[in-house]
Parts: sequence; structure tokens; C-alpha cells
Amino acid sequence: MTVESTAARTSRRSAGSKAGATGTKAAGTRRRTGAKKGADPELVQLLTPEGERVKNAEYDKYVAGITADELRGLYRDMVLTRRFDAEATALQRQGELGLWASLLGQEAAQIGSGRATREDDYVFPTYREHGVAWCRGVDPTNLLGMFRGVNNGGWDPNGNNFHLYTIVIGSQALHATGYAMGVAKDGADSAVVAYFGDGASSQGDVAEAFTFSAVYNAPVVFFCQNNQWAISEPTEKQMRVPLYQRAAGFGFPGVRVDGNDVLACLAVTKWALERARNGEGPTLVEAFTYRMGAHTTSDDPTRYRGDEERLAWEAKDPILRLRRHLEAANHADEGFFAELETESEALGRRVREAVRAMPDPDLFAIFENVYADGHALVDEERAQFAAYQASFADAEGV
Amino acid sequence: MAAEKMALAKAINESLRRALDNDPKVLIMGEDVGKLGGVFRVTDGLQKDFGESRVIDTPLAESGIVGTAIGLALRGYRPVVEIQFDGFVFPAYDQIVTQLAKMHARSLGKVKLPVVVRIPYGGGIGAVEHHSESPEALFAHVAGLKIVSPSNASDAYWMMQQAIQSDDPVIYFEPKRRYWDKAEVDTEAIPAPLHKAQVVREGTDLTLAAYGPMVKLCQEVAAAAAEEGKSLEVLDLRSVSPIDFDAIQASVERTRRLVVVHEAPVFFGSGAEIAARITERCFYHLEAPVLRVGGYHAPYPPARLEESYLPDLDRVLDAVDRSLAY
Repeated sequence: MTVESTAARTSRRSAGSKAGATGTKAAGTRRRTGAKKGADPELVQLLTPEGERVKNAEYDKYVAGITADELRGLYRDMVLTRRFDAEATALQRQGELGLWASLLGQEAAQIGSGRATREDDYVFPTYREHGVAWCRGVDPTNLLGMFRGVNNGGWDPNGNNFHLYTIVIGSQALHATGYAMGVAKDGADSAVVAYFGDGASSQGDVAEAFTFSAVYNAPVVFFCQNNQWAISEPTEKQMRVPLYQRAAGFGFPGVRVDGNDVLACLAVTKWALERARNGEGPTLVEAFTYRMGAHTTSDDPTRYRGDEERLAWEAKDPILRLRRHLEAANHADEGFFAELETESEALGRRVREAVRAMPDPDLFAIFENVYADGHALVDEERAQFAAYQASFADAEGV
Repeated sequence: MAAEKMALAKAINESLRRALDNDPKVLIMGEDVGKLGGVFRVTDGLQKDFGESRVIDTPLAESGIVGTAIGLALRGYRPVVEIQFDGFVFPAYDQIVTQLAKMHARSLGKVKLPVVVRIPYGGGIGAVEHHSESPEALFAHVAGLKIVSPSNASDAYWMMQQAIQSDDPVIYFEPKRRYWDKAEVDTEAIPAPLHKAQVVREGTDLTLAAYGPMVKLCQEVAAAAAEEGKSLEVLDLRSVSPIDFDAIQASVERTRRLVVVHEAPVFFGSGAEIAARITERCFYHLEAPVLRVGGYHAPYPPARLEESYLPDLDRVLDAVDRSLAY
């Protein structure tokens, strides 16, 4: 069974059918031993690729009061995030960034889940969560510093409760779990979201995070964006059972959501966060989505996958889907889309200018913040470095 | 109570107890640290007195222990985690090296990670494989970590207090073969700074530099050498990162000879770093090359061979003789 056929079947099954909704509920909260043998993975969907609103008995209530204004807001988030991402990709091609990890295609998963979080929640991203960063209020230009090579982080994690990007796959799932254990100790009702991909789900750290979070009932939501590819490795090389089912073995619910459906991602993440806040422990959300571009600007997806797959997923484009819904429901007029286009271009310009204006770091930044309390060797080497640098100045008669 | 004679393991236990008492943010985490009190009983009684939310029995997953400790530290806690034995730290090595060591720098100083990783280390107790290793050089090579190892109960007590109070991650290597050695611990003393070396025996002919389990051996060597009329100075380095090179230099400028002793393999070990730096600093003072005594470039052997593998009185005395022969 190919990834493609799985997706096609599951989206048909859950599209408006009662069976889909019921099946989802069972997978999400009741059928702890996982889906029936041979059953297709269930997919929570609230918006079809055609933009049609689908009823869902379990998750509708999490988006029941959503206003037209809020729907336009989600659309705006996705469009601006895509524009930012496209600008960063272009900047990499122009040599302004050393590398870029594009989120193209994953806007709904990130905006839906990101908008479900509360200000006092804490988010632990991997390195592709540009849309989540946007939702957390991190200035997108801050995300580019590490890709330009002027820093290894670029923002204060506590400024927006958005941790630094983590390059080693899956490490942050444990940091999120530990942080959530701390939240529980503090008696707070905030929650933590750990983002990672399908490739990271093969890592021991993710499994250990599942173990620890279950054992300590930590208020953490594991939000896995299954974008079908871990660089060139397809999901078939990562797993033999649908990812969300893995949660059952650890004793907490897992649910698969249509990752290209922003409304479904919003609803399911809200449900998972509510569980966390209520002291019901961790949840695994598998957002079934697709990385339309390369893993990073360094790889070439044409070497490992065909066009037809991408074309099939383009038909399920998250932005187009919400636009169709907004238009069908008369929630947005041409003026809105035109205004957003202008805003989008302005964001692109701002990002471009900000990147080009980024100063190179101070030479002595090498030795800064290696330790909080200082270290004799760092002090010694900084002094040697300073003397060496000063020798050039002397030679030039400065 | 101010001064009391206690075993090194007990001193760590008392120190952890004091830290738990003083600061509600201090947590103890690890495998078997609760009801059992740790396989060496270092955390004995702590869970009983401070509860399961302060002294946390964890799943058997070292990466998970360190990784969640990082998350707890990010939330404002000060976790002290126990790795049950030296050879078991490697599943956590990734978290320690790629995450714990670098996060302060990556955040440009915005986040602090006051995590203490306790590792009982070294041989001499007749254990099976992975229970007797000395991996301190592997950690000292990584910027962002601090590495210490006490050699006696008093230092064990005070260095643990200081490690917990440090805003940097500290790898605290406990010399397990010295757990049962008793010494006077003054709990109201003013302790020496965490990363300062101490002269534990003064001498004029040669300096023996060591840390952790090898300090006691070097004191025995100095006593034996004294009977042959040789005056050896013994320096307890206490800290492997940073290393107190000033103290070694000062000693070598007096004695003009240096032998470094550690259990870890000599090749690429801390002795190599000390020899190189002291040669740079003291080239014109040295009467002999800096010599090293340590383990071989071989897996830690089965227990019945460890006496041949580990530095002992005769091997160190032999190195002393070779140095004095120059």
C-alpha cells in the first residue's frame, strides 16, 4: 500500500461519513489497543479538499464558535507563512542563506495547531516550524539568523514560550516532556507542545518521551507532522503501522488528523491541549500532510519521488482549501484577498531587507555564553584570540 | 553539628539532603534512587523524607533522564540526575553533548541549565563490564560542560553543594571505589572554590597530579617514596574542566617534575592535556618530560585482570623513578 493510496482512502472514508467520525473517536480515545487489523487509518477532517465543511461529532465543538473573522485570520496566517517561506527559499538561492528548510504544504498543520495554543503554553519545535513560530509571535526574521550563519538560535525562548529550533531529530520531545513535568509540579494549567516529524518518530528519544510523559502524566501534546518523507526516506522505511497508533502502546490516545485541513488541526490540537490542562496526560497527534518541497534546499526531491505524488497532494493544498470554503460561505470578498496579497508582498520585502541588513556577529561572540559562570580555559583562549587579533591591528599601524 | 566523620557516599547523601532542604527547585532523578536509595545507597532515605515529587524514580532510559532534566531546568528546576554506572551514560551522551552543553550558548545566554549529572565511575570493585569505566575525557572535550570529581568525603559534600548552585551543567564523577572511605566533614566550613586544585601533601622532588579515586593512591605512593628519602608533592586537581593549570604550574615550578595519574586510558586522556599545557608553560623549569600513568588502550578488562590494568603503587613509583632518572 502506498502512502498515496492510504491518504486517498482515508480522506474518502472520513469525508462526511458517520463511519469516519465514529471510527476517529474510537481510535482517538477508546480503542487503546489500536485500530482493527486491516482497517484503514482514520483521519479527522472538517474541511474537504473542495472546501466543504464536514460534520464531526467529536471535534466540531472545538471550532463551533469560530467566526468568519477568525477563519480569515487562519487564512491570513497560512498565506503570510507561505510567503515568508518562499522568500526564505529565494534568499537561499541567492546566496543570502546557507540553508533553508521549507514548510511548503504544511501550513495548515502548523497554523491550526499553533493557533490552538495559549500564550502561557510552551512550544518545542524542530527546525521547520516557521508557521508555529508565527503563531507564537516570534518575528519571522529571527528565524533566519541560524540559516544565515550569524547565530545558532536567534531568539529568546522565553520571550514567546517558543524554544529554539532543534537540529538533532527528536531531542526536543524529551525537553518538552521535562518542561511539562515541571508545569505539572508547579500546579499550572498550561500545556506543552512538542513538534517533530515522521522521521523523528524512529528515534529513541521520541519513544523515551512517550514513556516518560505517560508515566508522569505530563501535560504534553506530541504533534507529529507526518509529511511522508524524511529527506529521501519514505514513511514505509520508518514504520509498519500508522504512526498515531503507536500512542496506544504507551497508554495514551493517538489520533490522525488531516494535516492539510487547518480547521481539523485546530480542533484536534485544542482537544489534546484540553486533555493536558485537565490533567489527563499526553496525546499524540499525527498530522497527515505532505512536504511539497525539498527536505532542505540541499536535497533534490526529483531523485527520490515522482511528480504524480506531488500533483495529488497539490489538489489537497491547505490554503486553497480554506479559500474555497471562505468563498463558498461568503466569508471573504475580493478586497480581502487583494489586501492580503499586498500585505504578503510587504512581508516578503521586509524579510529580504532584514536578512541583508543582519550584521555579522562580533568576533568575540565565539567565547560568549559558553558558560553561565565562566570557565578558566575560555578566558585564557579569549585573551589569546584578542592578542592575535590585535597583532593585525598593530601590523597595520592602527 | 559542624564536623563529623562520614563515608564519601554518606557525605553526598547529606549534601543532597541539604540542597533539597534549602531549595524547593532542587530535584533528584534517576533509576532506583527512590525506595532503594540508589544501588550504592547514595540517595538513601531522601524519597522518604522529601516525597516522590522531589526524589523521582525514573524509567530505565538514560537519554530520557537527561532530556527531561533539561526540560525541567528550562522550567526553573535544578535537577540532580543519577546515571547508575559510568558505562551507562552513553545512551544519554547525545543529550548531554548536543543539547545540555550547548543550549546556554545557543540562546545567547537567555536560558540557563543548572543540571548536575552524577556518575559513579572508575574500577577496583570487581564489577562486570560497563561498571568500571572512566569516561571523563569524553566530557571534558565538550565546551559547555563542567567536570568535577571529589577524592574525599569533605570535598564530596561541598563540591556537590557548589555543583547544584552552579548555573552551568556539571558532570559530577563519583569515585565509587572510595564511597566507603571516611573523612571529617565540616558542614559549616567555608569550602574551596569548585574548580581549584589543592595540595594535599607538600613535597620538593616531584609533583603527582591526580583526581578522584587516584588521589588516595598518590598519597600512598608519596608515603612509600618518603621511606626511600624522596619528597613528593600530591596535587588533588578536583576539577577536570576547567583544570587548575595555575596550581599545577606553581607546583611544577617548585618540584620541576610532574607525573599525572588517572584510571582512564592514557591515550587522549586528561593526562595528555595536562602534559601538553604544562610543557608549554613550564618548559624551562622541567627536568624531565611529563609522564602519565593510567589505563591501557583496551576495553576495561574483566575483574580478575583489573589490578593489572589500573594504576597501582608500583606502577606510579616506577613512573616516579623514571622521571627522577632524567
